[in-house]
Amino acid sequence: MKKIINDPHNVVAEMVSGMTRSYPQFIEKIPDTEAVVRSDKESMKGKVGIISGGGSGHEPTHAGYVGEGMLSAAICGQVFTSPTPDQIYAAIKAANQGQGVFMVVKNYSGDIMNFDMAKDLADMDDIPVRSIVVDDDIAVENSLYTQGRRGVAGTLFMHKILGAAAQQGASLDKIEELAKKVLPNIKTIAVALSAATNPEVGKPGFVLKEDEIEYGVGIHSEPGYRREKIKPSKELVEELVGKLNDEMHLEGSKKYACLVNGMGATPLMEQYIFANDVLNKLDEFKIKPSFMKVGNYMTSLDMAGISLTLFEIKDDKWLDYLNFPVKTIAW
Amino acid sequence: MTLTVDTLTSWMNNFADKIEVNKQYLSDLDTPIGDGDHGFNMSRGMKAVREKLTTKPVDLQAGFKNIAMALISTVGGASGPLYGTAFLEMAKKSSSTDDLGELLKAALAGIQKRGGAKPGDKTMVDVWSELVPEVKAGTLSKDKIERAVESTKDMVAKKGRASYLGERSKGHVDPGSESSGYLFEALLETEGLL
Repeated sequence: MKKIINDPHNVVAEMVSGMTRSYPQFIEKIPDTEAVVRSDKESMKGKVGIISGGGSGHEPTHAGYVGEGMLSAAICGQVFTSPTPDQIYAAIKAANQGQGVFMVVKNYSGDIMNFDMAKDLADMDDIPVRSIVVDDDIAVENSLYTQGRRGVAGTLFMHKILGAAAQQGASLDKIEELAKKVLPNIKTIAVALSAATNPEVGKPGFVLKEDEIEYGVGIHSEPGYRREKIKPSKELVEELVGKLNDEMHLEGSKKYACLVNGMGATPLMEQYIFANDVLNKLDEFKIKPSFMKVGNYMTSLDMAGISLTLFEIKDDKWLDYLNFPVKTIAW
Repeated sequence: MTLTVDTLTSWMNNFADKIEVNKQYLSDLDTPIGDGDHGFNMSRGMKAVREKLTTKPVDLQAGFKNIAMALISTVGGASGPLYGTAFLEMAKKSSSTDDLGELLKAALAGIQKRGGAKPGDKTMVDVWSELVPEVKAGTLSKDKIERAVESTKDMVAKKGRASYLGERSKGHVDPGSESSGYLFEALLETEGLL
């Protein structure tokens, strides 16, 4: 393992310190936690708080999206490990401005349990808390016999939309309604070239041969659905857009937002090449994305790979929310 | 059966020792079917428990509650809330009984409510549901603990990250079941507890 760190057991604390000290205009640390809250408290006044969080290692997710127009607070768990209820509760309190707090949770058993326990704590203090569980990763069959689909990069669209709605004064009820409407329209699929190495573990989560790729890998190196030899970018796009099309039935008459997301160790050059192929492929469906992002938005430490998210914009208001200006480190 | 603040503390220190010695092994078990950090997460938690118990709790309820809060606030992941809930339920129950079998029964109910797992799902519930009645009946043994842990090996995971592997989760012992096995072993070995 070759990493620029000091102590593998202290990476989260040092990272949060580095982020908050580098960008004091956007975020500050909530005392005695590894959670951050907006520095600009004025922007939160009278608004519903939107919070999210999860294990660390996905930077700039989630702390990088805390700021005016997006998240109110974010909780950074240990690497690939859900944050604890006391820290989530501290973020709820920091985000609450009397209008309640909405939590964006990704579908992992640990995250769900810890956020639920935090909600129980908030209930005792009469802070209204609602939540949505994001499960955009179509690599996994939605089945009663598994945890269900994972929450991955598409979660960013949820953050952006709810953050904009809250900033414009939407109530907790309205935010919940909006989240439920948006959720089924966000779908993501990934391909990995190599796995991530958790600094505490010291070795990669799985090993692919030099010329091998795996489709459908999750953001914590969860296994995907197929391994094969590496192919040109346009053939990877063929596979991934094909999967998304099976799920979403892409049509030129509909509007879409598109996120090409680097997993951490994939150069932007490759991401733009891939994005170019995605746009070519979407052209075949007569689709021109109404909104597009390319870059490292939800990473998986040093995993090499890319994920593709498509989000069907069913309501023009959603597009306004996506374009609404924010003041964050990373959006 | 004499559960006191002192025997509870010995039990926990014993459990912490086992976790510390086996943390790499637990993380290795977690690598093929999870994300390889169960041992490190539990080690962080049990260090916090040990530290917390250096101040003697005023009574059993306070003891269980302190253990629960230490685990909940340090372990994270799924294990934090599951183990935390187990000890929190024992704290609640300890106001009416000091019978270990009854306390563990309440703990198991809490784990199942929090995580939604049933016996056979390849989770810690498999070990707990097998061994809690043994504690109650006074028939817990090292052999039975080992068998309960081993039984998870051939199960197909239906909860948590291992569930994504489906059939491929077979052939691996569930890490949460192994750490639970240590908890019961520590219980068995703590003098004056059973």
